[in-house]
Amino acid sequence: MAEPKTKYDRQLRIWGEQGQAALEKSSICLLNCGPTGSETLKNLVLGGVGSITVVDGSKVELGDLGNNFMVDESSVGQSKAKTVCAFLEELNDAVKAKFIEEYPEKLIESNPSFFSQFTLVVATQLVESSMVKLDRICRDANVKLIFARSYGLTGFVRISVKEHAVIESKPDHFLDDLRLNNPWPELRRFAETIDLDTPDPVVHKHTPYVIILIKMAEEWTKTHDGNLPSTREEKKVFKDLIKAKMIASDEDNYKEAIEASFKVFSPQGISPAVQQIINDSCADVNSNSSDFWVLVAALKEFIANEGGGEAPLEGAIPDMTSSTELYVNLQKIYQAKAETDFLVMETYVCRYRLIEDEYNSPVQLELQKYLTDEDYCVAVGFYILLRAVDRFAANYNSFPGQFDGEMDEEISRLKTTAVTLLNDLGCNGSTLTEDLINEMCRYGAAELHAVAAFIGGIASQEVIKVFFFFFFCLIFSQWIW
Amino acid sequence: MAVSEPSRSRDLDKLLLRPGHIIGPNFEPGPELREAIKESVKVLVVGAGGLGCELLKDLALTGFPNLDVIDMDRIEVTNLNRQFLFRLEDVGKPKAEVAAKRVMERVNGVNITPHFCRIEDKPLDFYSDFNIIVLGLDSIEARSYINGVACGFLVGTRLSYDSDDNPRDETVKPMVDGGTEGFKGHARIILPGTTPCFECTIWLFPPQVKFPLCTLAETPRTAAHCIEYAHLIKWDEVHSGKSFDPDNPEDMQWVYSEAVKRAELFGIPGVTYSLTQGVVKNIIPAIASTNAIISAACALETLKIVSDCSKTLSNYLTYNGVEGLHTKVTEFVRDKDCLVCGPGVLIELEKSVTLKKFIDQLEDHPKLLLTRVSVSHRGKNLYMQAPPVLEEMTRSNLDLPLFDLMGGISKDIVHVNGMAGKGDKKQSCLRKLRVVFRGIDGVTDIDMAGGA
Repeated sequence: MAEPKTKYDRQLRIWGEQGQAALEKSSICLLNCGPTGSETLKNLVLGGVGSITVVDGSKVELGDLGNNFMVDESSVGQSKAKTVCAFLEELNDAVKAKFIEEYPEKLIESNPSFFSQFTLVVATQLVESSMVKLDRICRDANVKLIFARSYGLTGFVRISVKEHAVIESKPDHFLDDLRLNNPWPELRRFAETIDLDTPDPVVHKHTPYVIILIKMAEEWTKTHDGNLPSTREEKKVFKDLIKAKMIASDEDNYKEAIEASFKVFSPQGISPAVQQIINDSCADVNSNSSDFWVLVAALKEFIANEGGGEAPLEGAIPDMTSSTELYVNLQKIYQAKAETDFLVMETYVCRYRLIEDEYNSPVQLELQKYLTDEDYCVAVGFYILLRAVDRFAANYNSFPGQFDGEMDEEISRLKTTAVTLLNDLGCNGSTLTEDLINEMCRYGAAELHAVAAFIGGIASQEVIKVFFFFFFCLIFSQWIW
Repeated sequence: MAVSEPSRSRDLDKLLLRPGHIIGPNFEPGPELREAIKESVKVLVVGAGGLGCELLKDLALTGFPNLDVIDMDRIEVTNLNRQFLFRLEDVGKPKAEVAAKRVMERVNGVNITPHFCRIEDKPLDFYSDFNIIVLGLDSIEARSYINGVACGFLVGTRLSYDSDDNPRDETVKPMVDGGTEGFKGHARIILPGTTPCFECTIWLFPPQVKFPLCTLAETPRTAAHCIEYAHLIKWDEVHSGKSFDPDNPEDMQWVYSEAVKRAELFGIPGVTYSLTQGVVKNIIPAIASTNAIISAACALETLKIVSDCSKTLSNYLTYNGVEGLHTKVTEFVRDKDCLVCGPGVLIELEKSVTLKKFIDQLEDHPKLLLTRVSVSHRGKNLYMQAPPVLEEMTRSNLDLPLFDLMGGISKDIVHVNGMAGKGDKKQSCLRKLRVVFRGIDGVTDIDMAGGA
């Protein structure tokens, strides 16, 4: 067996060993292993999830050979779940794989407790009625759920988790937290030891921009009643002052200072997003609170007390033109502050609506607005149609255009179904274009491999993101081509 | 309702056999379309790595049974987290060969020809054989090269433009290009002569971060500076003449330990073996899902370009899954003066100028800066740098006037092949030149200068 560290090297560089460990602890259930499901799981098995369980009651048909890489000639007539599972096992011997030959709809009806054993369920190609039931089951059992569906040249991915909490987010913007608009005493004192007007051109050229900006900001406040530049005019004057300090045209540190001067202008304190989270009623923790909310409560404490209105400092600084000595000292000062602050985090919470709520009580105004918006009407049109085809199937036992022949009748039936759905959603009088309805019937519930690989790719990426605390997830997305 | 006969192309048939409403201008649905793609469309996949593996699978299952794949690399253990056609026991084998074999094993009726070589090793004829070229690459240089080749077919002859200055279909070699880095990626289509080519929008690819040598030598600040000092400066000081081999673990270990020493000397934290590898080999983080997403988008665009079964992307899609999920389509425009897909660089010559003198001029031409130049005119090699046999055969042309070699035509397109750029940033490329001889009737015609 390959050294896992080597095998996973290219992804460890993104999510680190901690992230990898979270992935390896997960146990994932896949419902329906057509190409959308198979491709989703393929990407997850390669990345090294803990275990997978493939649920599908169907047998491999000739048509499946044309859209699913994980079945082949020899498997026609055999269990699709078994066949797909065998291929996935080949990809990564570290992943435990099993299959259950059963239709997901049946499990949802007869054995809801089945799902509580998993950390996450990927439900593919389910119709609306099954989605709504499964969503309720998983929400009650606190199991994460991701829906994925490919339909002709369109499809969607939808996440349903009770709460996705992001702590210690790792985005690049962390490097922006240099506190140039509000330096703490140690940083201020360090800046005081440095003379910007040094006669030595080499030293002048190697004074880091952090120091330049802190000193220039300090000087500014002295002559402006303690205020930093805020108006456009003031900001321009401030930048000109920096420029005037240059003694040669090749001083990259001064160029960097001008470029970064917006950091001096930005407001002190925490962002409105963080403010909203610490004001959440869940931040009043009790013994039932999750780890996340306990951390938020600690963060709230910190900001109110030792932080003096600021969040804890992350401590990393970006590379900048500087002498080695000044840079290393600067790094130490930031690091020391971060260690004192201790709580390094950025928080973000996302709560998802139940599918049922979305379906039964849509945000009418938005829906209506998007239906008439040139940029969004096609996407929203397909959103409506993806739901209309499920209603259609419930009434006529097949999807519109699923079989050849009588296309005109199918088109008019789908149109009627869509109009009724729009009325039910409160969008009376709204219509969908003939083009969209025709296209939807042309698709005839086809699961095209490339579309499935695209939707499956996104679904697998979202699975990874909901496992980790440090990535943001999508809320709802769908694609059309 | 009629129940369809069981068929392998059950799902694809819905798209290719039925009329549609959101389609391209030349969509003609029917079994003939499906069969035409099957029988006469040849697709070249460039790269058999993270994107290439996915592309071969996606194209094979999108109705393209005639595929070729070219890649010069062998399989490594670090590929296994995403290049799903490879297994541990394949490590060390050529990627193109294993990838082709695996897809053929699983998808009946698909024929994939692997080419285990550099893209520059193939003659231009090789590339002209394909109807469409799909790129799954991780280097700007390789993209640039293929772009030059594909645009070269378009501009290879003056007849490639019709009277309205639009490129003629049969000479257009469409490209679909994908690229990924971590959670981000792009997919684009390039129709030479219609959409911007790779070179028109080269600015989309920012130059690689290169640290100034004086920073490395005098004011190192980060772990990467210490590593690059060991790699670029210290190595040469100690190992006179022996070049550094990034694939040799001993060499890498040496650079790592030197970097650690330097970091300790300056009090710089953060040097690790993994970072050393990352910096020295310029490793781009890569995950399975992004490759799958981008490749799938590329395969779909390939189908759409070939069949017009839906509207094609116009012309650049970016994908970003870092914070939430964002996709955006941008319609870039052509650079009218593009050296690669534009009308060609105008070169005015006296009739007496020899081929040798002409070649020398190209080296000093500010837009071209070409060295090691080979020259061809209307498919005929006037001078070839390599292979030696051809060099010898064409050497005698050097002392003849170019005007005579071109058959006494007052103006025409000449293709040159050589190394462009300065210093150590040279790369091989193909350029189109509009050669005009002074003092000949008709030179003032504007049809040449107008170009495309």
